[in-house]
Amino acid sequence: MNMLSITVRAKCYSNGSCAIENLSFSARPGEFVAIVGPSGAGKSTLLKIISGLDTNFDGQLDFVGQARVGFMFQEPRLMPWLTVAQNLALVDASATGSRLHQALERVGLGDCSQLFPRQLSGGMQRRVALLRAFLMEPQLLLMDEPFQSLDDPTAEQLRAQLLSLWQATKPTVLFVTHNLQEALSLADRVLFLSAGPARVVLDVPVDLPRPRCLDSSGVQQLSQQLLADYPDLLKGRLACPS
Amino acid sequence: MSEELSSQSAASAWSRVWPLLLLTLLWQVVALQAHSRVLPTPVAVFEVLVNELMSGELLFHLGKTMARVTISFCLAMLLGVALGILMGRSRRWDRALDSLLILGLNIPALVTTILCFIWFGLSESAAILAVVLNKIPMVAINLREGARAVDGQLMEVAQVYRLGRSKRFFMVYLPQLYPYLFSSARNGLALIWKIVLVVELLGRSDGVGFQIGSFFHFFDITSILAYTLAFSAVIFLLEALLLRPLENRLNRWRL
Repeated sequence: MNMLSITVRAKCYSNGSCAIENLSFSARPGEFVAIVGPSGAGKSTLLKIISGLDTNFDGQLDFVGQARVGFMFQEPRLMPWLTVAQNLALVDASATGSRLHQALERVGLGDCSQLFPRQLSGGMQRRVALLRAFLMEPQLLLMDEPFQSLDDPTAEQLRAQLLSLWQATKPTVLFVTHNLQEALSLADRVLFLSAGPARVVLDVPVDLPRPRCLDSSGVQQLSQQLLADYPDLLKGRLACPS
Repeated sequence: MSEELSSQSAASAWSRVWPLLLLTLLWQVVALQAHSRVLPTPVAVFEVLVNELMSGELLFHLGKTMARVTISFCLAMLLGVALGILMGRSRRWDRALDSLLILGLNIPALVTTILCFIWFGLSESAAILAVVLNKIPMVAINLREGARAVDGQLMEVAQVYRLGRSKRFFMVYLPQLYPYLFSSARNGLALIWKIVLVVELLGRSDGVGFQIGSFFHFFDITSILAYTLAFSAVIFLLEALLLRPLENRLNRWRL
């Protein structure tokens, strides 16, 4: 049974250019799906459509029941005038007192509840954003290159925290990235998109034991294998144009 | 730590006060030199101020003026903010109302006031209406800028997390407008004082404006200055006890 199935026949703009065409896929409950594609391929647009931010498209979107959706954006997007605690309580009014404190402890921010976003480092802001996305236990979690522009150790730490939060509540995750290793280290399944207008060109299951590091041999091997089979895969093509 | 803080605030209070003291001193020296009926000394003005305070006359008229200022300030802010947000968000309303706004900004306060009194009679509500009409365009123009600068990315967060209407407005939207609200409130207070006095002079039989009008007939410069002084004191108090603390509180996150 599927948690989510989506078909976008076309997502076009008034100037005639199209971001997505004939794209369709589905995801099971609790599945971690990474979506990899060249930049400008309409990956963000796809997440906007799924989250309901963009309803102006031709296609169909099916959730199981009334899915609660969490969204982690490229930038942390915390409200700068609210403290960490207030930012979290904004999306989930029950996040107060000991419940809030426990949640913050889990991502190592136990002492930060009264600080404003401006007083936190980029990595800490993203941890708050990650927590905010998980707080109301979403059934579907959308992530749009959330760890971009972080240094490697910080990104690695955030990936570990993401996996531990995901394993605790098991939402379906759609994780957009342009980093192949990141996708392979996190996901159960990786979808590769073509250059715009986007469609799915390849659907690869990742059957490696967790936890996997970015530079573990399994991830490295799989990524080399994929790039050997499809040298232009990250440009959104399976074969060189002949 | 707290001692350090209090000595710091004492220092900042002093740096605000000394220019005023200097001005008063200068005034005293010039007035003594000039020795003229049209420029009384600060000491003479202060005496009148105390007398008027004791008799209750000053407080009565100041109270009337304050009430008019408060009511018209609140009305003008409320309507101006609503209009500004509407125009900042919708291109169509912006185009429809823009020329009216420019007209409203440029019609002299005196004209609006006289017309209000002629059309609606020399009543309290006509007076308030005149002040409010004068002020709304400025608030609206300011808030329109604010509404145009609202961060769409943060509004998307509110939408994705399905925040309710009031949460969305008060915790995500409105805080982005605070700087614009404050600048409107400051300018607004200053402008409204001035207009209220003109309105009182033209069509009311109480309030500071009315009093200054009568002093003018008797060429009583000392009393005019005494009333001006009283009224500046009120402005300073409002700024120090209300506006500045509120602004500091709402701007805590910027530090």
